[in-house]
Amino acid sequence: MSARTPFLFCGLTVAAMHLAFAQAASMILPKTVEAGNAFSIQSTGSGKATLYIIGPGQVLKRDVQLGETTYFPMGSLYNAGHYLAVLAGESSSQNDSFDVVPASKPVNMSFFAKPSRLPVGLHDGITGAVYVFDTYHNLIVAPTPVSFELSSPSGAMQKRTVVSHQGVAWTAMDSTPQQGIDKFVARIGDASATRVVGQVPSDPCGLKMNARQSGQQVQLVTDPVRDCSGNAIPDGTIVTFTETYHGTQSTVDEPLKHGVAEVTMQVHPGARLSVASGVVMGNQIGWDK
Amino acid sequence: MSVPKVFLILCIGFAASDSMAAQVAVREEPASIQGPRALTDQSKAAVIRDYLEAWQSFGTALAQNRPELLRADFVGTAQEELMDTVKQQDKLGLRTRYQDRSHDLQIIFYSPDGLSVELTDKVEYDVQVIDRDKAITTQRESARYLVVLAPAEVRWKVRVFQAMPE
Repeated sequence: MSARTPFLFCGLTVAAMHLAFAQAASMILPKTVEAGNAFSIQSTGSGKATLYIIGPGQVLKRDVQLGETTYFPMGSLYNAGHYLAVLAGESSSQNDSFDVVPASKPVNMSFFAKPSRLPVGLHDGITGAVYVFDTYHNLIVAPTPVSFELSSPSGAMQKRTVVSHQGVAWTAMDSTPQQGIDKFVARIGDASATRVVGQVPSDPCGLKMNARQSGQQVQLVTDPVRDCSGNAIPDGTIVTFTETYHGTQSTVDEPLKHGVAEVTMQVHPGARLSVASGVVMGNQIGWDK
Repeated sequence: MSVPKVFLILCIGFAASDSMAAQVAVREEPASIQGPRALTDQSKAAVIRDYLEAWQSFGTALAQNRPELLRADFVGTAQEELMDTVKQQDKLGLRTRYQDRSHDLQIIFYSPDGLSVELTDKVEYDVQVIDRDKAITTQRESARYLVVLAPAEVRWKVRVFQAMPE
């Protein structure tokens, strides 16, 4: 027997083992696993191997005994996604893939509401979009009812239920007629998220001024300035008084104080006086005195 | 019945790994957007461009176990998950090379506030598993990804990056 015989024998043995692994080692995978749930992978064959679970969301590595079942307890794999399972022996490997799907119960959400402040009485002025997530922050793709509620301090409420599509639900709601702070709430199951929407008066409506002689000058005073829903326009809003006389104009800008704007100005007899706030025109007065 | 293909772009994708650099086929299905807001062609192009670039940084980060590379293209949950994966790989002595081969994209949602876009991507990619510098396997995989992107300072960033059963 030559000195090389033992090495040849060992080499043949290892080759035979590798061949046996290649022929016999395989694994039985679940097709899908719900995120966070326990699962197991059954292998066949004999000897030792390494089991890899590979995905963008997680990687796991286990030393396994072929022919046995490898158990993964609850919480082992919790990020939804497509995973590659690799059972690797010394010289060959077995691959398969499976999916981790989101847990079925919605627990978290991302709620985007806009705007945070808008004028009253605006049709579809407030929008909300909700992405629905499970407890592990996986996006739940299964249709899920999402309830939207917009409530004002006066107790008025708009309510709408929208079923999510591909993980997202959205709605649009009207801003209410009264100014104030509204609550915009989204609910899924037991979870809810609240956003605050400030509703401010809209543009002035029915802007009207009165004029009276004040010594050598004319005093111009507006009625209390309100929007079309009766909400008071906030103090500080600029009101513009204009005198038009023989093709020339003189203007005075005055901020609202206590809901009215007031100015005393020199006015030519025969002039026309007008009032405006932003793009809203008020009444005109012909000054003939 | 839908006409499946609007246009086919073949672009050269310079992958993270030189050895796996390859052409990436990108196909864009007609947008089927739910929601009241229209997505301009310019925005749509930016979303797709930034998403495809995110695949590049994702591939590089996981191939080199460099979590910081994810910050440019990912945000929120997607960034946290991928960073955790890189840390897990590093701890286990693993690296993975993801090389996207083809994308079949469709934008399905543009939020009314303009703060998120959702798209689906039927993607084919190669994944190579490397354990302590030994290549264990290279596998061609396909998956349907659901992706949510949000506008950041100068680009769209991936906020949700999740494969679903096809």
